Amino acid sequence: MNSERSKNYPLRRRAVVKELLAQRGDTLVVAGLGATAWDVAAAGDTPLNFTLWGAMGGAVPLGLGLALAQPSRRVLVITGDGEMLMGLGSLATVATQRPPNLAIVVLDNERYGETGMQLTHTAGGADLGAIAAASGIPVCRTVSEKQSFKSVVQQIQKEAGPLFFNIKVRAENLPLVLPPKDGAYLKDRFRFALLGKDAAV
Amino acid sequence: MTSLTSETWPQDIYRVLVENRVRQVAYIPDIGHASLIKMCHKSDDMKTVVLTSEEEGVALLAGAWLGGDRGALLMQSSGVGNCINMLSLTRVCRMPLLILVTMRGQWGEFNPWQVPMGQNTNHILTVAGVLTFEVDDKDRIKEAVEAAAKMAFEGPAATAVLISQRIPGAKTFDR
Repeated sequence: MNSERSKNYPLRRRAVVKELLAQRGDTLVVAGLGATAWDVAAAGDTPLNFTLWGAMGGAVPLGLGLALAQPSRRVLVITGDGEMLMGLGSLATVATQRPPNLAIVVLDNERYGETGMQLTHTAGGADLGAIAAASGIPVCRTVSEKQSFKSVVQQIQKEAGPLFFNIKVRAENLPLVLPPKDGAYLKDRFRFALLGKDAAV
Repeated sequence: MTSLTSETWPQDIYRVLVENRVRQVAYIPDIGHASLIKMCHKSDDMKTVVLTSEEEGVALLAGAWLGGDRGALLMQSSGVGNCINMLSLTRVCRMPLLILVTMRGQWGEFNPWQVPMGQNTNHILTVAGVLTFEVDDKDRIKEAVEAAAKMAFEGPAATAVLISQRIPGAKTFDR
């Protein structure tokens, strides 16, 4: 395990997410629990963000179900390395379904950020980009430099998916920016924004 | 053991799913669901998703509902244990979830490893906030799935139909 290296990674998570979402248009966004949800909230809370506060391991399969239901909309899942590690099997499920409108971004700081910054498996030998590729996802990249990150935004907007990006980000504790946490509210505002009056049960 | 292909109850379930406009069917297979899975794969209106763990299906169908699709999740009773924390998503967000469970470890089970989940499936689902419908007569499966679908999609609520091992018959290795 390498306990120090992620403290010096040049990419910063808040700036990465801000840039990913700056030109999002009508993209549907799912955020995994913890720091990535705060990053997405910091970039601007909107009804078409579904920010999880639990259901660890569920961000990718949730994004998959959404992508299958809405094939004409782009779906972007943003999650952390710890959350992704709990749902690795879902990468094989995504690869089997091959939704062209789904992109997955992991912000990999090699830590469990909400529980005391303990090291995750990616501080050791686990390589999420390689795992995604070996699961059968056709486009997988690991990005750790500002220069190579620039093309990620364009790929997410234009390239046919499923796409997987493992972004190595600096391990840092940032001020909390909390999205709403009432799941029924998050669900209802998302569905009404997306489906209009058909969302009513 | 009765031949699965000659049974009509899987068709009954399929028709209820069609009538309820189910669009995503997620599953980890069970021999009791084999012919239903085949029917769903042949449907032009249903997307079928094979999972690596049942909890993925809970999250998948939450995403489906966010996008306007109704879903159904097929599994055997051992898979219920894999879903527990993910069911908090369904509950906290008040989303529909229709689960169809074929029971193992219940009636003449030859494999003792199926018994701990099989004997406690109903209790565990109930504690997790899922409404359960147990059925041990194949002629009543249709009405049980209809009832569970209605309460799931009009709730919205999480519901599960538990199909007794007496219906498909206990699995053996000498079929």
